[in-house]
Formats: sequence, C-alpha cells, structure tokens
Amino acid sequence: MSILEYNGAAMIAMAGKNCVGIASDRRLGMQAQTVSCNFQKVFPMGDKLHVGLAGLASDVQTVHQLLEYRLNLYELNEEREMSPQVFSTLLSNVLYSKRFSPYFIEPIVAGLDKDNKPFLSGSDLIGATVIADDFVVAGTCTGNLHGMCETLYKPDMGPDQLFETLAQSLLAATDRDALSGWGGIVHIITAEGIVTRELKGRMD
Amino acid sequence: MDTVLAITFKGGVVLAADQSNARSIITYQSNIDKVKELSSHSAIGVAGPNCDLVNFTQYIAKNLALYRLNHDGLKLSTKAQANFCRSKLAEALRKGPYQVNVLLGGYDEDVGGSLYYMDYLAALEKVDFGCHGHASSFCLSIMDREFRKDLDEEEAINIIDHCIDEIHTRFLINQPNYMIKVIDKNGVRISKFGGDPSDT
Repeated sequence: MSILEYNGAAMIAMAGKNCVGIASDRRLGMQAQTVSCNFQKVFPMGDKLHVGLAGLASDVQTVHQLLEYRLNLYELNEEREMSPQVFSTLLSNVLYSKRFSPYFIEPIVAGLDKDNKPFLSGSDLIGATVIADDFVVAGTCTGNLHGMCETLYKPDMGPDQLFETLAQSLLAATDRDALSGWGGIVHIITAEGIVTRELKGRMD
Repeated sequence: MDTVLAITFKGGVVLAADQSNARSIITYQSNIDKVKELSSHSAIGVAGPNCDLVNFTQYIAKNLALYRLNHDGLKLSTKAQANFCRSKLAEALRKGPYQVNVLLGGYDEDVGGSLYYMDYLAALEKVDFGCHGHASSFCLSIMDREFRKDLDEEEAINIIDHCIDEIHTRFLINQPNYMIKVIDKNGVRISKFGGDPSDT
C-alpha cells in the first residue's frame, strides 16, 4: 500500500459565482482500522483562503503548521494579506524544496482574491501545481471525485447550490471508498464570510 | 505485540498497558511498567521497543520538567504536552525515528480529563478512548459499544477490565499482566497491576 493511502482522505474545492467551497471527509485511519471521525484536514489561512491537505496525517499536521508559520511571517514582513495565488506558489516552493524527501501530501487551495474572484489550485506531493476554474480534487478516491464533480458541476452557482453540489459529490464518492468518509465538512467562502456545515453521511 | 488501552471519564483518564517485555519467542519479563508519568497530572502509555519507550518518555518528561524550571513553575496543559510530543516525534521521523505508538492522557482544571492518540508517524488526534497494538482489533469495538460521555472512574475501569478479559480469551499472544493507572485531579496513581514493576 502506498504511503499516501495509509490514513485515507477525500477532498474537493469548487468555484461558484463570487464564491468558493471546499469540502473534506473526517476519517483518520490506520489502513483498515478507523481511529477517529473528527480529523481536521481543511485549514483556514486567513479570511478568504482555505487549504485542504490530503495524504499522510502526520505530514498534514506538519505542513499545516509550516504554512501557517510562513504565511504569518509574510504578513508581518509585507504588512499585507497574502493572496491565494501567492499562497499557492509558496506551497509549491515549500514542497519542491523537499523534492528528494517529500512531504507525503496532496494539497488543494481554495480562496477569493481581493476582487472576490474565485481561485482554485491543486498540487502533487512535489509541488506541480494546476490552476482550475471549475473544481480540484485530492485524496484516495480521486477517480470517484472527478466523476461526481464532472457530472454535477455547473458554472456560476450561488453559495447554496455550491454547497449542495459539493456535499452530494463528496458523499457519493466517499461511499464507494473504504479509506475515506466517516463524516464530512463543507466550508463556503463568500465576500460576506465563511459558512461551515457538517455532513451526516454513512459511518462506514 | 504491546497493548495500550485508554478511556476518558468524567474527571480524568484511565490508562492501561500490558506488562510483558518480549521479543521473538522469549518473554524476558512480565512486570514492566509501560505507562510512564510525564508530569504531576499526565502520563503516557507507550507501545514499542523498550529502548525507544524509555528514551522517548524520559526525553519528553525531562524537557517538560525543564520548561517548568525555566518558566517559574508554569505547568503545560495536556494539549500543549501532546503537541510538544508530536513535534518531537515528527522531527525525529525523518532523522532517527522513535518507533513508539502512544496514548497521552492528562487532567486539567478547566478541561477535565483528555486523551491524545499518536502513532509512530506523529499523527495526533484528541479522542475519547483509544487502543494501540494488535489488541485494538479486539478492544475498539468493545469501547465503541460501552463508552459514554459521563462515565465515572469505576465504570471506566470496568470497560478496561472487559477489554483485558477479551484479550485474554481471544488474543494469540499471552499477556497475563496489565498495569492500570488513573489520572484525575489528585494526580497520577496506580489503580492495579498484575506484576510489581519494582520487583526486578
């Protein structure tokens, strides 16, 4: 089994009309055994930026702490907020700096830039970034997630419709994957603020 | 082969671990203590090779003592101790890893009992109850079934006893003795043990 599939994860970030949403499952497992149903994998990095980290749980926590440190240092030095594009590039550089002993994570970034235009990006474990205008996925069931998102996605969705699309895509995809699921959480980021909802799904 | 079990109850945490020191086909000892005190109100149950068990727990415990000396007696919360533990494990992971799976339990005035699960790769999660080792396959479902948020100490120890009975019935490896410790507002104390650790 690959080290990226040791703990299990599933996450989606999707763009709507002047809003973005990011959703993840809550499972922490050790291969087949489930340890916790409350594990945090999506982290807020400011008012309008979230980063989701899929992969080895230990590196999820290490990289989250590292990114928060780098973001805080940037904002102290520059005296301005870090834009999502800059954060995505920072993340890519952090990962490539460990090219030959990588952090075993696959991150996705979702945010609104200063004009409240949605920004989405995803990356592999060594920092190869892709920027998308519709959705990005990561985790142990990316096949399922891609399929569900491609089917349910429409451009220019409002915040409520975006939430429904994210929730249904995540739940349907994780229901067919043994290593992810056990609950879900969805964050919708708009210019007004962030709304977080927990999903009630199959706990198996 | 080690077994570590832990349950939170209203006002504290119960930590239990088997007392066997064994390798390959030999049991060296049946009375070692795998639940080590970290501070006055916290302890860590460790599964793993004896060298890493001793090295890691002493390193963490003495660093916590140094913090208290440097900061005028300020005691770190259980959450802070668990995060410190995780950061040391994560640091060592890519240098010279400690092969320890731990359950860190502690009591704080404002929070009550809290329990932190950590694997050898340094993933940290706060849990209501936990198990490490092969025995987790037998015991997690017992704990899932019997755990409630408002257990008292006696009920929590009963659940641990139930788990130990199951291990004795169904687990292939013989682990006759278990050390059970309780952490509450009065500190860390031994509830019962199978073999006296001081009898070496």
